[in-house]
Amino acid sequence: MASFYQWFHRMGSPRWFYEKSGRWLPWLAAAAFLLIGTGLIWGLVFAPEDARQGNSFRIIYIHVPAAFLALAGYYVMAVAGAIGLIWKMKLADMVMKSAAPLGAALTFVALFTGAVWGKPTWGTYWVWDARITSMLVLLFLYLGVMALQHAYNSLDTAARASALLALVGTVNIPIIYKSVDWWYTLHQPATIKLTGAPSMHPDMFRPLLLMILGFYAFYALVLILNTRAEILHRERRTGWVQSLSE
Amino acid sequence: MGYFDSFADFVAMGGHGPYVWSAYGVSLSVLLWLVLRPIGRRRQILRQLKRQQRRQVTAAVEGRNSPT
Repeated sequence: MASFYQWFHRMGSPRWFYEKSGRWLPWLAAAAFLLIGTGLIWGLVFAPEDARQGNSFRIIYIHVPAAFLALAGYYVMAVAGAIGLIWKMKLADMVMKSAAPLGAALTFVALFTGAVWGKPTWGTYWVWDARITSMLVLLFLYLGVMALQHAYNSLDTAARASALLALVGTVNIPIIYKSVDWWYTLHQPATIKLTGAPSMHPDMFRPLLLMILGFYAFYALVLILNTRAEILHRERRTGWVQSLSE
Repeated sequence: MGYFDSFADFVAMGGHGPYVWSAYGVSLSVLLWLVLRPIGRRRQILRQLKRQQRRQVTAAVEGRNSPT
């Protein structure tokens, strides 16, 4: 237990994290590049077309991974916010701040690709369907956290306010997950479920799996890059950062 | 070429080309922007620090040489 606390404390040290994470970056970058590259070519060139939707179905290979990470990223942001609130851990505040624009961008990608996919499939770019609307709320939650980060001069107040918003916003997450079952309007139910087999042919599913794994690696990569830049900015007056630029 | 008969077929995507390619184009641009943004920010911070340090060194040297 003592060693756990030691680890937890060291994890909280921005300098320790900066030095440690530098070694993870090449591996994460390689994993993201290889997985997304293979998944893209497989999904675009080799996967068979959908019997009903034709080739527009290939949009799934970015739509679903982006939506996955938009949701998972919200947990990352909310949990980091909670850790920052409870233990006053500076690194957690920086991770929360770094997760917000990344999550917002991925939510935008999910919404944009969904709209483009909707046109040939449903005949419309936008519908106020439960799933789509709750994803739009997710985008606004991310943007709200970003706005709060810039609304205060004090870093601590900004972190507290945005962590509270992030935590309150978690009620939206189960709504997004369940929206396709509770309000069965237009958006199709989940393709991939944790329980049971995916409702998709293996030839179509395998590239999707690669893309999802690739997006996880990509998310981790960008979250760490954002956090490292934030650490440098906040600790720019300390000796160890000063010695980096010499 | 994979599932398609020709490259032209692949680009056309059975008439869904504009949808598929705009979705992929915009998404990949966003991903690229996400990676490049923190890299640029890090460089900018380090460059700024270096400039500051140089200015401090010059100020110290000038301070020593100036008559008191």
